[in-house]
Amino acid sequence: MVQETTKPLLEIKNVTRMFGGLSALDDVSFDIPKGAICGLIGPNGAGKTTLINVISGLVPLSGGVIRLEGQMINGLSPHRIAERGIGRTFQNIRLFAELSVLDNVMMGHHLKQRGTLLETLLRLPRSRTDERTSSQVSLELLRSLRMEHLADVSAMALSYGDQRRVEIARALALEPCLLLLDEPAAGMNSTETAQLTEFLFELSKTSITLVIIEHDMDVIMRLCDLVVVLNFGVKIAEGPPHAIRDERQVIEAYLGEEE
Amino acid sequence: MPEFVSNNISTINFVLINIALGLSIYLTLAVGLLSLANAGFMAIGAYTVAIIVTRAHLPLSIGLVIAILLAAMVALPFGMLVLRLRDIYLAIATLGFGEIVRITALNGDKVVRLFSQDKDLTVFSGAEGITLTYTTPKVVLGLPDTTWPILLFVIVSIYVLATLHGSRYGRIMASIRQDETAASTLGINVVRYKLLVFVLGAAIAAGAGALSVPIVRVIDPHNYVFGRAVDILAYAVLGGMTHWVGPIIGATVLTALPEVLRFLKDQRDVVNGLIIMLSIIYLPSGLADPRIWALVKRILSIPGRGRTTMGTGAGP
Repeated sequence: MVQETTKPLLEIKNVTRMFGGLSALDDVSFDIPKGAICGLIGPNGAGKTTLINVISGLVPLSGGVIRLEGQMINGLSPHRIAERGIGRTFQNIRLFAELSVLDNVMMGHHLKQRGTLLETLLRLPRSRTDERTSSQVSLELLRSLRMEHLADVSAMALSYGDQRRVEIARALALEPCLLLLDEPAAGMNSTETAQLTEFLFELSKTSITLVIIEHDMDVIMRLCDLVVVLNFGVKIAEGPPHAIRDERQVIEAYLGEEE
Repeated sequence: MPEFVSNNISTINFVLINIALGLSIYLTLAVGLLSLANAGFMAIGAYTVAIIVTRAHLPLSIGLVIAILLAAMVALPFGMLVLRLRDIYLAIATLGFGEIVRITALNGDKVVRLFSQDKDLTVFSGAEGITLTYTTPKVVLGLPDTTWPILLFVIVSIYVLATLHGSRYGRIMASIRQDETAASTLGINVVRYKLLVFVLGAAIAAGAGALSVPIVRVIDPHNYVFGRAVDILAYAVLGGMTHWVGPIIGATVLTALPEVLRFLKDQRDVVNGLIIMLSIIYLPSGLADPRIWALVKRILSIPGRGRTTMGTGAGP
């Protein structure tokens, strides 16, 4: 078979985002190939979360273009971007605290449900079968994260690490082609981090493309095919993880300049 | 007609109307919108029916349908305009809407006469209001024929809310109330669902207003003042905003309490206010607080099953 050089899944071109006079993102450009795991690293305030907010449509661009499978997605509202297949988690976990774990995950499967309001009100079969499918898919996801025993617990009762995992399950229920994870291992202990890394590694064998913001370099080194380094909103390096590790600018950004 | 019903028919009617109004505000509160437009939509419903019944001599059922459609048609563009507002800003904007409706009813005739040949034409009848001639309601199956439509309307409203509550729509509404940003990143069109709920709430409020016409018989602007909007909010706040049972209990208690306390004569309003104040302080999640239900269930289960079943759940 001829290996075709396919278009990248996500193209980020000259993306700029100003907050007042401050540029949180300054002319950032890079491509993410389909199926890749892309690590997004950089010191605090480097613009990593802003980049994810911009991709998922929560923060509008000041300049530049973002394309998903060749189609421009900047300017679309967040729910439209979700419809295109971009899922995300949040750095400061944003679960629906009063809903059960299962309901949280089922929220992610919402776009796959077709029963209309009228069908629901007349209690027609389609809305009920859709609901059953959603709950099966969601339970399956929870099982793959070893959390099915927590399905009926309300989300606010969970530990920090469990909440992060539910948020990942919720984003996966969207069946996204691109999943943006904002510090998925933050607040987890080393066992939980190892389990999560293993889970993400298994996940990467599917067709899904991942973008991960992470401070834990072991996680980045283990998982990523590609690492992008941001500092003060500027991309300072891009490449495979082992190359990034030795780059002088990256070391400077993290540890400060050598005299 | 049973004696209890015939003695208290007026209270029963108002309890039913207020339940429908409580349900209408519950809908918007369920997505986290503090809308006080319900008194305005109620007025639209009431005036529409009053005008159709007295001026056009058409039956109540046609009036009801037109009233609900009209309220929905007004709610849709108004909702598009104001639903971007949050919290207290939305409350103020929707209160303004209620005032616009009320003042239109008060002074609308002047405007109508500008465009009419007949300089004595009256549609809204200003501050005096529209008065329906009194006819003794017929009793059908133990209830007056003025009560039946409201009872059915309340049952249909409860059915709609309970069905939504148990479906994905209930989950979506709860998710929007708790974190609309997170909901939007899961593909929820937040604006669309807010609008849907707002229009549905307006339709229920207008229906309640429409069916109140044969009961109050005098439709004047004073019925739909600011205080009315606050009363409706109180049904949901006192009853509880986490479940649709809340506004039902709230509306029932707040409407029936003054009647129950009638024996207190002059002290009635004081005790009434005190009870409301204490329940808000000690039951912040409302009378439909799940903890109260658990308590009621436990008390009821003690004489029947004995204490041994408590907490085990598995029993013969």
